[in-house]
Amino acid sequence: MTELTHLTMADALKGLADKSFTAVELTAAHIAAVEKIRPLNAFITETPEQALDMAKASDARRAKGEAGPMDGLPIAVKDLFCTKGVATTAASHILDGFVPPYESTVTANLWRDGAVMLGKVNLDEFAMGSSNTTSYHGDVVNPWTPGTPETWTRKLVPGGSSGGSAAAVAARAALGATGTDTGGSIRQPAAFCGITGIKPTYGRCSRWGIIAYASSLDQAGPMARTVRDCAIMLRSMAGFDPKDSTSVDIPVPDFEKALTGDIRGLRVGIPKEYRVPGMSAEIEAMWEKGIEWLKAAGAVPVDISLPHTKYALPTYYIVAPAECSSNLARYDGVRFGLRVDGGSLNELYENTRGAGFGKEVRRRILIGTYVLSAGYYDAYYVKAQKVRTRIKGDFDAAFQSCDVILTPTAPSGAFAIGENSDDPVQMYLNDVFTVTVNLAGLPGMSLPAGLGADGLPLGLQLIGKPFDEETLFRVGGVIEDAAQFTAKPGFTA
Amino acid sequence: MSYIQGETGEWEIVIGLEVHAQITSNAKLFSGAATAFGAEPNSQVSFVDAAFPGMLPVINEYCVEQAVRTGLGLKAKINLHSVFDRKNYFYADLPSGYQISQYQQPIVGEGKLVLDMPDGTSRTVGITRLHLEQDAGKSLHDQHPAKSYIDLNRAGVALMEIVSEPDLRSAEEAGAYLRKLRSILRYIGSCDGNMEEGSMRCDCNVSIRRPGAPFGTRCEIKNVNSIRFVIAAIEYEARRQVEVLEEGGTIVQETRLWDTTKLVTRSMRSKEEAHDYRYFPDPDLLPLELDPDWVEDIKKTLPELPDEKKARFIEDYKLSAYDAGVLVNEKARADYFETVAKGRDPKIAANWVTGDLFGYLNKAGKEIEDSPVSAENLGGLIDLIADNTISGRIAKEVFDTMFETGEKPADIVEKKGLRQVTDTGAIEGAIDAVLAANTAKVEEFRSGKDKLFGFFVGQVMKATQGKANPALVNEILTKKLKG
Repeated sequence: MTELTHLTMADALKGLADKSFTAVELTAAHIAAVEKIRPLNAFITETPEQALDMAKASDARRAKGEAGPMDGLPIAVKDLFCTKGVATTAASHILDGFVPPYESTVTANLWRDGAVMLGKVNLDEFAMGSSNTTSYHGDVVNPWTPGTPETWTRKLVPGGSSGGSAAAVAARAALGATGTDTGGSIRQPAAFCGITGIKPTYGRCSRWGIIAYASSLDQAGPMARTVRDCAIMLRSMAGFDPKDSTSVDIPVPDFEKALTGDIRGLRVGIPKEYRVPGMSAEIEAMWEKGIEWLKAAGAVPVDISLPHTKYALPTYYIVAPAECSSNLARYDGVRFGLRVDGGSLNELYENTRGAGFGKEVRRRILIGTYVLSAGYYDAYYVKAQKVRTRIKGDFDAAFQSCDVILTPTAPSGAFAIGENSDDPVQMYLNDVFTVTVNLAGLPGMSLPAGLGADGLPLGLQLIGKPFDEETLFRVGGVIEDAAQFTAKPGFTA
Repeated sequence: MSYIQGETGEWEIVIGLEVHAQITSNAKLFSGAATAFGAEPNSQVSFVDAAFPGMLPVINEYCVEQAVRTGLGLKAKINLHSVFDRKNYFYADLPSGYQISQYQQPIVGEGKLVLDMPDGTSRTVGITRLHLEQDAGKSLHDQHPAKSYIDLNRAGVALMEIVSEPDLRSAEEAGAYLRKLRSILRYIGSCDGNMEEGSMRCDCNVSIRRPGAPFGTRCEIKNVNSIRFVIAAIEYEARRQVEVLEEGGTIVQETRLWDTTKLVTRSMRSKEEAHDYRYFPDPDLLPLELDPDWVEDIKKTLPELPDEKKARFIEDYKLSAYDAGVLVNEKARADYFETVAKGRDPKIAANWVTGDLFGYLNKAGKEIEDSPVSAENLGGLIDLIADNTISGRIAKEVFDTMFETGEKPADIVEKKGLRQVTDTGAIEGAIDAVLAANTAKVEEFRSGKDKLFGFFVGQVMKATQGKANPALVNEILTKKLKG
């Protein structure tokens, strides 16, 4: 049954449709795969019984001719999405024992369209991190780590925060996974694990039922092994939700239809500010290769400038912690999750939050509390908002002369667990190419372009105009065809 | 302007009020949960109110409409663009760790409110702003020896915070301000103004100064929950500040509590201990953008408000400013009066309503809504006087019975046989009998003791059990005595 787990979603849908296999068979193969990849620590909660029940129901629907657009496709869910009756942890100790009595809108949309839940996958605690090493439930290992679990000596990170999603999909334990992206949390792990991921335009997917990190930046998106699979999955995830005031009421297109392969005359912006100092030669070379591929397909590269790029990281690390310091105030030990009692209310807070939050979360809460404090608010928060407006303005101006922007996804490939961990600023630099997109609310896609000298995947990023995910899919399809990325990680199910 | 007489001279009180008015709405400000008062603890709580992970607020349009309506009622500027901010602080009954409020850009800007003082004068007080915010839950510290209980029914309920300018100069003015504000809110229907149930609460900012001097340092008295207590708390606080200053001390800016049993204000926290609320715009909510046409439509549906009604009563009914003020204070009273006055002499109607009716209601501790005497019946009583069926004196007796039993005046008159005697023959007979029985007094009258006329009238009325038409009695009696 191994080959069932190596299918794309598109091929799996064909196989289900022409009765080559059933949803139960497809799901059973994936349940076995989930077990097999346990050394990666990708899953926090496995839900095999639920998966089989959903698969059975899917087969029944298909038999009645009522199959939905994702019917029978087994996927993993980042453990930041609330799932009714299934523990949801945000990879934090503080949510111990929390079982949501409700289902997030995005996952509800996926189940409505027939998808099957394999379980809840690991992430950086509260989605704060770029390496999936801040999870209370342990580090996730990148399946591209050389060797086998028995021989692993230098374990690589899968990227973060959606590290479990990326690892599970890359290791062929799920056909796709949901991710969330606040500063690059879909795109960077997708790049590190050699898969495709898209962060849609802010407002495209409902945030309702997704545990908030930084509300003005958070956005859910799909992670899968092909551009088409992402298109299939995003169509199901997206849509206006009256329960999220920031979700946008516009129709969801059939993204697959955008995969025409025709990009003749399309203007591809190449931002000069993304040639950051210290960027490796192979990243630079891969970027050049990407430009050549698009040129060969008839697109026109255009030099553009995004002058405020260098302020993006500091801006992000003011805005995101500010929002998180407030968003995470609700984890106080009073109503749900962990409670560590104390002699007074303040002691209860201190004990609970001290024990419940990991170091990186505490760091960001402190930064956020500081930048919002009286006397510092104008210097940090207000200024950051102004810079954010400038960054958005940079993109608006750039899109006057181009239709899509091409950049590397991250300044390097996957690094080893433990590297960068002493220096948070070094770790934050991982997001240098991705945070701008969140600050501007734009759609961004990462897809594998090739392997670096160390045999690890490298990603290219496409950035689009607001609500123009279709162009990303169209251009992404062309790069995918040109790149012919067929390499697989060393450890798969 | 009333000054406090201190040991060292006169002091002026400066007061600004912040009123938290609970918006009359079936659902909370950002969730669909119900808002009924007195429900089982934690029975009116949605996952949004309890700040469960991943829950998001969605603005309740009706509450926005109520705030706009109130702003219009306060003749205030409606801000078509306003912003919701988070006010961050930790407390067990604040589930999300922040209150969604409006900080720098409130929905309603400057307005004004006219005070009707008991002496009939009026004074205009500035409204600084009105903003929307959510209420917190309730902590119960007396239910368990070691634990506190939390009731989240109130968490998320919509409030309007209405802030006045520091324009008030006495505790009485503060009381008048609250009464007037409550009256307007009730007219508009945006808040029931029920302070006992906590749907209207008041923070009082109090400072003192020498008349004409710059503002002094203020203290804020939090959460006072009746007009009586507001007046008492301000009076206490002002005297306390006078004492401190006259003893050579300084006023420390701080938050104080009103102790409802000892009737004193107590320090709660100093400025240094004050929270840093770390306000910032709530990223879960977009700025509130109002359509000017929508605001105009609301304006068109505004009811006639107390000030306009008062002006109309003075103009149309020729009532005194005092009577008009008393009548329009509550919409139900004004409506009652207008029903009584319709097609009748408005001054007579006003006298009956503000005099007899309000007196009886007051004594019985009843509101006009519970009046045993309906407006129609009171009108009927006035009609009986006008068409000479009964005299004014008998009418008081009938009214007493009406208040007692709720019966129609005509029925009471019939049942008790109170119909006025207008038969001149019967009256003449009664007069003749009285004159015959008091020949000495008749002589005295005729020799110049005019004052005795009243005595004869009284005797005749007594003889007829008050039913004789007084005008006829006067007329015939005059004729007979002089004859």
